Amino acid sequence: MAYAARRRFDGFTIYAVAYLVFIYLPVLFLPLFSFNSSRYIAFPLKEFTLQWYEEMLNNPSLIEALLNSVKIGVAVAIASTLMGTLAAKAVTRYRIPGRGPLIGVIMVPLVIPEIIMGIALLIVLNLGGIDLSLVTVALGHMLLCVPFSMLVMISRMEGFDKNMEEAARDLGENSWGAFWRVTFPLVLPGIVASLLLTFTISFDEFILAFFLSSTDVTLPVFIWSSLRFPRKIPAILALGATILVVSFVVVTFAEWFRRRGVHVKTDTGV
Amino acid sequence: MANSALPVADATTPADNIVTRLRSWYLRSEAVRGFSLLSPTMLLMLLMLAMPLGVLFTLSFWEQEYLDFIKTFSLKNYTAFFEKRIYSKILIKSIGISSMVTLATVLLAYPMAYFIAFRVKRNKLVWLILITVPFWTSYLLRVFAWKIMLGYNGVINSGLKGLGLISEPLEFLLYNPTSVVITLAHAWAAFAILPIYVSLEKIDRSLLEAARDLGENAFMTFLRVTLPLSMPGVIAASLLVFIPTVGDYVTPALVGGPTGIMIGNIIQSMFGKAQNWPLGAALSVISMLTVTLLVCLFLWLSHIFKKHIA
Amino acid sequence: MIRFEAVRKSFGHFRAVNDVTLDIRRGEFFSLLGPSGCGKTTLLRMVAGFEAPTSGEVYIDDQPMSVIPPNHRPVNMVFQNYAIFPHLDVRGNIAFGLRKSGLSKDEQSKQIDEILELIKLPGFGSRQADQLSGGQRQRVALARALIKKPKVLLLDEPLGALDKKLREQMQIELRSLQQQVGITFVFVTHDQEEALTLSDRIAVMSEGSVLEIASPTELYETPKTSFVADFIGTMNFFEGKITTSDGQNTNIETPALGSVHATTGGQLAAGSDILVAIRPEKLRLQFERPPQAKNIALGRMGPSAYLGDRSHLYVQLENRKEPVSVALQNLESSADRIRTPDQDVWLSWSPESVVLLPAQ
Repeated sequence: MAYAARRRFDGFTIYAVAYLVFIYLPVLFLPLFSFNSSRYIAFPLKEFTLQWYEEMLNNPSLIEALLNSVKIGVAVAIASTLMGTLAAKAVTRYRIPGRGPLIGVIMVPLVIPEIIMGIALLIVLNLGGIDLSLVTVALGHMLLCVPFSMLVMISRMEGFDKNMEEAARDLGENSWGAFWRVTFPLVLPGIVASLLLTFTISFDEFILAFFLSSTDVTLPVFIWSSLRFPRKIPAILALGATILVVSFVVVTFAEWFRRRGVHVKTDTGV
Repeated sequence: MANSALPVADATTPADNIVTRLRSWYLRSEAVRGFSLLSPTMLLMLLMLAMPLGVLFTLSFWEQEYLDFIKTFSLKNYTAFFEKRIYSKILIKSIGISSMVTLATVLLAYPMAYFIAFRVKRNKLVWLILITVPFWTSYLLRVFAWKIMLGYNGVINSGLKGLGLISEPLEFLLYNPTSVVITLAHAWAAFAILPIYVSLEKIDRSLLEAARDLGENAFMTFLRVTLPLSMPGVIAASLLVFIPTVGDYVTPALVGGPTGIMIGNIIQSMFGKAQNWPLGAALSVISMLTVTLLVCLFLWLSHIFKKHIA
Repeated sequence: MIRFEAVRKSFGHFRAVNDVTLDIRRGEFFSLLGPSGCGKTTLLRMVAGFEAPTSGEVYIDDQPMSVIPPNHRPVNMVFQNYAIFPHLDVRGNIAFGLRKSGLSKDEQSKQIDEILELIKLPGFGSRQADQLSGGQRQRVALARALIKKPKVLLLDEPLGALDKKLREQMQIELRSLQQQVGITFVFVTHDQEEALTLSDRIAVMSEGSVLEIASPTELYETPKTSFVADFIGTMNFFEGKITTSDGQNTNIETPALGSVHATTGGQLAAGSDILVAIRPEKLRLQFERPPQAKNIALGRMGPSAYLGDRSHLYVQLENRKEPVSVALQNLESSADRIRTPDQDVWLSWSPESVVLLPAQ
């Protein structure tokens, strides 16, 4: 068996590495050209410069959009992790009739094209006379983030013994006490991961934000409107590079946290 | 503690009234307790998913004059879809593009998932993180990255020119359906890997050993055991890529050019410049129905296929 | 002190517990014994409060338990895989339930030390769960429950994960612990030897119903149903018809064994079908026809299994397809003669060793 494995070592590994290159390479061009002094994004490279980063930091509307995204991201992360955790607990610890379909329904936002969700929400808000604002964006993001949070928490909760909570209750704790003293410490890595992931999803989300915001914009919407102006593009590259690096770090943390201690063979694997 | 006769605590005796009886019922019913935990989420889903979709459906039967809605039932939007050939053409093209994307993505993703599931012994975690992290970062930026790569004076062209491989920039790279397919295949790549990986990981390794023991070589074992058993993951991956892709408008807008327009762009314009919300709603409903039908067809076919080879 | 009254539990269409009414006495070691899926764990969990009966009621000291959630019940449970909290050390685990007890930190510490002595793990206080062996974890789970001084201790197959020697050792320790502490133990197991070793009384369950409740001796020597007779230990069954019965002696005519004489304490109807049951160790094996025996049968020696201290032999009778199981202690080394098959052997047994069971 070892002999056969070594023979195929080359083919598959080459493919895997090439695949990773395929995934990462286009994305790496953003940071690359953000340090390039030319306004045109093409080879050959000119001089190294930090001017685009300077331009980025000196743009007040950019900074404002950034802050908006952060505000929404934090709020959405906390709220959806809370709801996702409760839902995950309900689904993994109780025998509820129609459990399967219920999970399916909660997961629906993940498969509906975002544009349809965006316009449906837009219609409702319009008919209900509610003005668009950052709040409406946040609510839209929650629709997307709660299912993700639930998935993360389900995989974490399924990974440890249901009897732990029963033992805590057997020893005198009510449901809340059992959750706080036993479940919470054990799922904490999952909660951290969920907070980080939902923040990132909200921070990077474009389509719903586009439909549900008005004058106060989030960062992705700001980027979108800047893309039509070629002069602004290098600064956008700098911004994009920064976002990528930060996202990369945050999500790596999140995934590491989430998978820590949980056997890799989880049911959802996501 | 050494001897018996321990002082033991008594349970408190509650009074027998309506409150205790309700409490008893609540404690007896596991389903009720579970549902009460689930209720905030269900409420959110109801308010933000079910209701808006319902309203969307209703709106598709109205008409719009400038900024007001005419709230009388009318099938005008739906007939418009069939009368103006362009809508159905673009819908079909969108489905075509999405199918190509799904095919490309799943085909490319499968060997990668296989690699992580079967070839990586230690550090599976590292590989999985490497795969998923790019997926979580900004979709918009990733599409934009392709735009700058594929452009007439973009990275690929200038790079190839600089290396002396071509004298004139390649025109076919950007602003057509092909660029949409490439960009989307890249965007969804990581997403498709995960379900396939999960399926492959679940396969009991002793099944593969049994197949080898019964005389099959490695390739036939793959074909007859691994591939069929990984089908649920492949199907899940296909659906997860296909369904959202049909409605995508960001990628076509950035890299599709005039020939790469998809139904999502039309719908978006209805809510933007064209200002015909009811028509946009109707197009959305039609798109969703079409996709649902196709998905059911796909699932039915794979079910038949599964029975056939079983 | 624990009373089940017409308790039923259904999961959807599946009836897990079927109309169980039974009493568990104060201070006894009571076992629920049965094959997997018979409902014994469900019954236990209903006492703990993790399952609620679909109908019927569970009483502890005449108090109905349906309104009382698990954390307020005077019972504590040792779970099948121990459920030791991984994020707390041994002391933390044991002290877990003492938070609401009102005891001072010093008092708690003192009690923890005492109970560590009791479970024979002194000095293990600061160990983490993954540093403990299976047997040690089990004892920590016990200590964690016992320190709360419950009226009843529930044990859900606690010894299942241990290897044979350790299991036997723990059985002895559990029994002596129970007698020391003096509280009621309700013990769930599928291992009938374990139940026989530990219990004052055993309830044998199958498919949601309680078939028989009796002491180990009664269950083994005088079972009331063929299921119990077969489930506990090994049993040889022979069909037959009653010829005469006079309140003290009964004669049965069986195709396989011929005439069987039994001593019974009751009058049975002549002519009715009956099942004769004889334990393998009650059958005596001889190579010559025993002159004095009341019950004899001639057979042919079949395969045998040597188990060191005893041998299991299979004797083929003429009118019976299935061989008869005989258990012999290897007192003398007549091993050679026993291991040559196809010899004629004589089986004999006393009238007192015959168990009569209702025919299927």
